[in-house]
Amino acid sequence: MTAGIEYKNREQPERSLVKVRQMTFRRGSRTIFDEIDLDIPVGKVTAIMGPSGTGKTTLLRLIGGQLRPDSGTIHVDGDNVSELSRRSLFKLRKRMGMLFQSGALLTDLSVFDNVAFPLREHTDLPETIIHHLVLMKLNSVGLRGAYRLMPNELSGGMARRVALARTIALDPMMIMYDEPFAGQDPISMGVLVKLIKLLNATLDMTSIVVSHDIHETTSIADYIYILSEGKVVGFGTPQEIEESESAQVQQFMQGLADGPVPFHYPAPDFKTELFGLGG
Amino acid sequence: MNTWIQQLGQAGIRFFQRVGRAFLFLIKVLMSVPASLLRFNLLVQQLYYVGVLSMLIIVVSGLFVGMVLGLQGYNTLVDFGAEESLSVMVALSLVRELGPVVAGLLFAGRAGSALTAEIGLMKSTEQLSGMEMMAVDPVSRVIAPRFLAGLISMPLLAAMFSAVGVLGGYFVGVGLLGLDDGAFWSQLQSKVDFQGDILNGVIKSIVFGLVISWIALFEGYDTVPTSEGVGRATTRTVVHSALAILGLDFILTALMFDE
Ligand SMILES: Nc1ncnc2c1ncn2[C@@H]1O[C@H](COP(=O)(O)OP(=O)(O)O)[C@@H](O)[C@H]1O
Ligand SMILES: [Mg+2]
Repeated sequence: MTAGIEYKNREQPERSLVKVRQMTFRRGSRTIFDEIDLDIPVGKVTAIMGPSGTGKTTLLRLIGGQLRPDSGTIHVDGDNVSELSRRSLFKLRKRMGMLFQSGALLTDLSVFDNVAFPLREHTDLPETIIHHLVLMKLNSVGLRGAYRLMPNELSGGMARRVALARTIALDPMMIMYDEPFAGQDPISMGVLVKLIKLLNATLDMTSIVVSHDIHETTSIADYIYILSEGKVVGFGTPQEIEESESAQVQQFMQGLADGPVPFHYPAPDFKTELFGLGG
Repeated sequence: MNTWIQQLGQAGIRFFQRVGRAFLFLIKVLMSVPASLLRFNLLVQQLYYVGVLSMLIIVVSGLFVGMVLGLQGYNTLVDFGAEESLSVMVALSLVRELGPVVAGLLFAGRAGSALTAEIGLMKSTEQLSGMEMMAVDPVSRVIAPRFLAGLISMPLLAAMFSAVGVLGGYFVGVGLLGLDDGAFWSQLQSKVDFQGDILNGVIKSIVFGLVISWIALFEGYDTVPTSEGVGRATTRTVVHSALAILGLDFILTALMFDE
C-alpha cells in the first residue's frame, strides 16, 4: 500500500503500455491480488519480483487476457483486455509475446517449424520468405545452426532461446518473460540477460521480466516492482529498490529467512501442540 | 455429519460442473471441425497416428476373436447338425456386436489413452497456453483434427476387425474342421443383411468413435497439469470409454434389433 502512494506521487514522464488499476484477482477464497496498481512504461525493461507463489505468472496471464480480474481494469496499449472480443484479443496477442517458464515449444515440431509456427498461422507469406525470416530470428538468438533439431534435443537454455526466437517472429511490441533465468547455468543466464537487453534496445520493444534472480534482474531492469501477498510492496529503479527502507523489500532483496514473511508457516503454538494433544 | 453432507454436495457440484465443461468442450470442437477439414495435412497426420497405428492390434485381435468364434460356434452348432451355418453365426456376432465393441475397447486402450496423454502433456508443458498466447486457438489447431481422425478411423477399424474375424472363422471352420468352402461363403452372403446388420454395426462404430474421441480429448484438455494428473486422466479415459461403449452398445442394440 505504501508503495502505491509513493508511486502515485512520482513524476512519470513515459507513456505506459500496460496500465493496471485497482485490480483484484482471487482463486477460490484466496486473494492473489488485492487492488493493485501497476504501470509498464513503453520501451523499458520492467521487472516484477516477489517470492514464489505470489502470483507473478498469474499477473502475466491477466495481462495476456488468459485470466480475467475479479474487479479493476487492465489496459494494454489502450484496450481494456478483459472486455475485448475473442477476435480483438487474438489480434492484440499477436502484438505481445510471452516467453513461458518452460519454453512451451511444440514438442512434435522441429526448431525451424516452431519458429515458423506463428508466421504460418498468421501470415500468407511464401515459404521462401518464411525460411529467411526464421533463419534471421534464429540467428538473432545465436541458434541458426540448430534449426534442424527437435525440442527434446535442446538444453534448457537453448529451448528458451528458441522460444524467444519464436516470440519475436511476429515482431511484437512487448514481450513478457516468465522467469527466464530460473534453472539456467551461469553461461546461459548471461546469454539470456544479454539477449533481453539487446532485443529491447534494437527492436524498440517493451519488456516485462518476471524473476526472483535479484542480481540478473537488477542488471537489466529500468524499473522494478516487488509484489508480496497480493500487494505491490516496492517500486522504483534498481538503485531506489536497493536503498529502500521497507522491511518487506529488504527481506526479499537480501534473502533473509525471517522477516515480514515469516519463516514458519502459520501453525498453533508449538508447546500447545506438543503437550496439549488431549485437549 | 454436516461435513459428510457437505462433501457429498461438493462432489455432486464438481461432477456436474465437469459434465458441463465436457459438453461445452464438445460444442467447441464440433464448431471447429469444418475449419479443420481445410487443413488437410494436419488431418492426414492424425489419421496416421490415431488410425494406422491402431491397425496392428485390431487385425491381430480380430483374427483371434474370429478363430475362437469359429471353434466355439462349431462345437455348439454341430450338436444340432447346423454347422453349415457357422459362417452366419461368426459374421453376425462380429458385424453386429463384437466388431464395434471389441474394436472400440481396443481403440480406447490404444489410441484414446495416447490422445489423453499427448494432450495432457501439451497442457502441463504449457504448449496449449503458449498457443493461445500466440493467438492460435488450440481447439481448432490441436483438438479438432484429432477428433475428426478418431471419428473417421473408428468405423474403418471396426470394419477391418469384422472382416479379419470372418477370415479367422473361415480358417478354423473350413481349414481346420473341414466345412465346405462354398457353403461357408454362400450361407454368409444370403443370411447377412446389408441394412439390418452391416449398416447398424457401422452406426454403432461411428457412435463409439465419437464418444471415445470426445472422452479422450476432454480428459487430456481438462487434466490437472501435473504428471500425476496426466496419469490419472489416461486411466480415466480407458475406464470411462469402456463403460460408455458397453452401456451405449446395450442401448443401441435395443433400439436397432428389437423387431
Ligand atoms: N490453475 C490454478 N488453479 C488454482 N490455483 C492456482 C492455479 N495456478 C496458480 N495457482 C495458485 O496461484 C498462486 C500464484 O501462482 P503463480 O502465479 O504461478 O505464482 P508465481 O508465478 O509468482 O510463483 C499460487 O499460490 C498457486 O498455487
Ligand atoms: Mg511462476
